[in-house]
Amino acid sequence: MEDQQISQEDNQSMMDKLSALWRVIAIPLAAVLLALVIGAILLAVSGANPFRAYAALVEGSFGSMKAFGRTLAKATPLIFSGLAVAFAFKAGLFNIGAQGQLLFGALASAAAGFMITGLPPFLHATLALLIGATAGALFAAIPGALKAYTGAHEVITTIMLNYVAINMTDYFADGPFKDRTEGNIVARTPEILDSARIPSIGEIPVGFLLAVLAAIIVWWLLWRTTLGFEIRTVGLSPHAAKYAGMKVAATVILTMVISGVLAGIGGAIETQGIVYRYQPGFNAGLGFDGITIALLGKTHPIGIIPAAILIGAMKAGASTMQFNAGVAKEITDVIQALMLFFVTADIIIRKLIRSKAESGETVTLSGWGQQ
Amino acid sequence: MTEENLALEIRNVTKRFPGVLANDNVSFSLRKGEIHALLGENGAGKSTLMNVVYGLYAQDEGEFFIDNKLVEINGPSDAINYGIGMVHQHFMLVPVFSVTENMILGSEVTKGTSLDLNRARKEILKISEAYGLEVDPDAIVEDLPVGVQQRVEILKALYRKANILVLDEPTAVLTPQEAEDLFVVMRQLTEQGVSIIFITHKLKEILNVADRVTVMRRGKVVGHTSPKETDQQGLATMMVGRDVLLEVEKSPAKPEDVVLEVEHLKITDERDVEVVKDISFEVRAGEILGIAGIQGNGQTELVEAMTGLRDATSGKVYLSGETIPFENPRYLVEHGVGHVPEDRHKHGLVLPYDLADNMVLNTYYQKPYAGQMLVRDEQAVLKNALGLIERFDVRAPGPDVAASTLSGGNQQKVIVGREFSRPLKVLIANQPTRGLDVGSIEYIHKEIVKMRDEGIGVVVISAELDEILSLSDRIAIMFRGEIVTIVEAKGTTREQLGLWMAGATPEAVV
Ligand SMILES: Nc1ncnc2c1ncn2[C@@H]1O[C@H](COP(=O)(O)OP(=O)(O)OP(=O)(O)O)[C@@H](O)[C@H]1O
Ligand SMILES: [Mg+2]
Repeated sequence: MEDQQISQEDNQSMMDKLSALWRVIAIPLAAVLLALVIGAILLAVSGANPFRAYAALVEGSFGSMKAFGRTLAKATPLIFSGLAVAFAFKAGLFNIGAQGQLLFGALASAAAGFMITGLPPFLHATLALLIGATAGALFAAIPGALKAYTGAHEVITTIMLNYVAINMTDYFADGPFKDRTEGNIVARTPEILDSARIPSIGEIPVGFLLAVLAAIIVWWLLWRTTLGFEIRTVGLSPHAAKYAGMKVAATVILTMVISGVLAGIGGAIETQGIVYRYQPGFNAGLGFDGITIALLGKTHPIGIIPAAILIGAMKAGASTMQFNAGVAKEITDVIQALMLFFVTADIIIRKLIRSKAESGETVTLSGWGQQ
Repeated sequence: MTEENLALEIRNVTKRFPGVLANDNVSFSLRKGEIHALLGENGAGKSTLMNVVYGLYAQDEGEFFIDNKLVEINGPSDAINYGIGMVHQHFMLVPVFSVTENMILGSEVTKGTSLDLNRARKEILKISEAYGLEVDPDAIVEDLPVGVQQRVEILKALYRKANILVLDEPTAVLTPQEAEDLFVVMRQLTEQGVSIIFITHKLKEILNVADRVTVMRRGKVVGHTSPKETDQQGLATMMVGRDVLLEVEKSPAKPEDVVLEVEHLKITDERDVEVVKDISFEVRAGEILGIAGIQGNGQTELVEAMTGLRDATSGKVYLSGETIPFENPRYLVEHGVGHVPEDRHKHGLVLPYDLADNMVLNTYYQKPYAGQMLVRDEQAVLKNALGLIERFDVRAPGPDVAASTLSGGNQQKVIVGREFSRPLKVLIANQPTRGLDVGSIEYIHKEIVKMRDEGIGVVVISAELDEILSLSDRIAIMFRGEIVTIVEAKGTTREQLGLWMAGATPEAVV
């Protein structure tokens, strides 16, 4: 009798956990479905067969081991940029600058990859990765410090610094680091040495495994360490953080630095695992996609993995879709934009799936002292 | 069935939250033009019941009758349409909006497609005049004292033509004078036919203004009474279910060495106004120093400077003879200073965090809550929470619920529990019992006295004269940033305190 009661309670808490999980994923899931449905309508209106298009998209991204490997390769930098955005978000910072940090990471690791010679493979690859991470970190420290010491809003500063990053990396690729091999006229660095490359195991890119590892580490850092506690407290309530004796300014900077490390590694892995050099344009948008992915993944490090795989799959399958179904690749960008729209506009989704505002969730604005 | 003239009748309302039966088959009736007090322990379900009436929560069971007619309330807009207005325990104003903008929020007056602020403004002036509720319609809400913000909330309800007004602990953040003013307004409103539900933990207020009283305990209605039939003790017993000591019992203090000393402290605030002007005082181990004063006379800033939240322009604070650095709360935590902050939502709690995390908010990095390599020990954090929940009688389903789901009084107990349970030399408690029921106040007062008797130096800042008088050994009275005088609590009367707080010189008061 008593046993029964206990197992019933266990069941109850199991159910509670499941329903809590459901509440978290229902909205991104609905956003994805809604975006796909609207995408299908757009395809149909433009005269294509949406079923064929989506079938081709799936075939191109999951249809074979090779296709799957391509999807994972596309997802890899996206996981990193998604983590970078989500991590900063936990401290209440909106890091729009993941793109710029990622570019610097990609460029720096390329430089390390072709300039440093004579190292054994594992060491060289690791070193190049770390140099990429450092570049991202340093570049992210700027908006962090501006925010901490002058109050300059990170959204503005990171957007502006993105332009700085684009132009500076362009300059390096066309100037000091330019590939001077005969006949080359495009702006790009020389190829990195073999020893700096990050390989694949079968079709699975090692970079992807590193990305998953990074997600787990980020999760652990945020929820299992005192540093994570500080970061989350600063994000939720800077006043309470101050009361609790936390160093708010230092935490803001450190968070941006770690966010920059993540974005920088994303860029480095793209260089060392895919492009094998730095070439302007090849990393375009990866950092910005991080915003979509962070939101789709509910800014949870583990949620970011499926979100990145989804977007990665659309990128990987887009050419097959264009080929087999004859629809423009860009439709995947439209779908992606719709997803972003619907996750952010979750009020619309809530209405659609009738999930009432959680009781107790703040419906209105502010109480005394609650700002 | 009822021949009575009821403005509102609540029948058999049940409301559950995960793990909590917040309202258990509650019935309640409000007569036209009466002030009906709703009394109950922290977490008894008062705010929940009112939120259900106001349409913020959907009831699981139960019905509402307005003017004896069954109505459905599916959201605040329904409630407003039925003439229900509510002033929440924690205000719901937009701090950066003006008074006028706040009032029309949600029921905007428009001229074509643009807001007709002018017309709204005029109407607001008219109402505020009619009820004697003075406010400047153009003031920005965050610049207003809480008492005035509250007036804005009431005006907002009246602007929407409320004839049933719910006031959830309106006096918790008011000075005694502001509270008196509010009662005048309330009586005026009832004369004009408005019916009022009035929630408060202050028994005197109930005896003072209420026509009838309904008492709740643990989600149920446990009784009805009226000020004519009962007294403070009676109300307290009815609500807590046992006899409650309304007076603090304590032996004379045995003060020892000075543990906290404030020396020529001066503070200028954000607007460059000198809010604390050259204040000096001492606190000895084993005594309770009360700081009395009308809100806004520098107490907040003084306490913030003493507790590391604010810088001072000059002066020093010593802890056992050592100068303490300003703006370094961690130093204070590590040197045995406990602080119950005035504003529990701003400083005291991280509302989305669970109770366990909130209960180690400032000690999270210490052993046993964190071990090697910054790794947190969840088990230790949880164990601490379970102990404090038990010891301080926090009414919550468990240590893993978000602090935001607790009733206001139970949120306060989380903070008090956290601060009182550390090894302390000095305790600085700002409004320690704000929003607590009489049973909890009794407990917390006992704890404070116990800490004093163990040799801790205690500073209590309170807007409650009764609390200051009964708890303190000595009382410092603040007026316009200065300490008017410091007196022995024994022999000091309410009246004397009131005069000093209003700025009378020490000599003028006998
Ligand atoms: N949004 C919510 N989610 C979960 N539980 C809740 C929520 N709101 C209230 N509760 C629980 O319901 C019970 C009643 O809370 P309520 O706020 O109504 O108490 P109260 O009588 O107003 O107390 P107080 O005097 O402290 O304000 C409490 O146990 C509280 O923890
Ligand atoms: Mg309440």
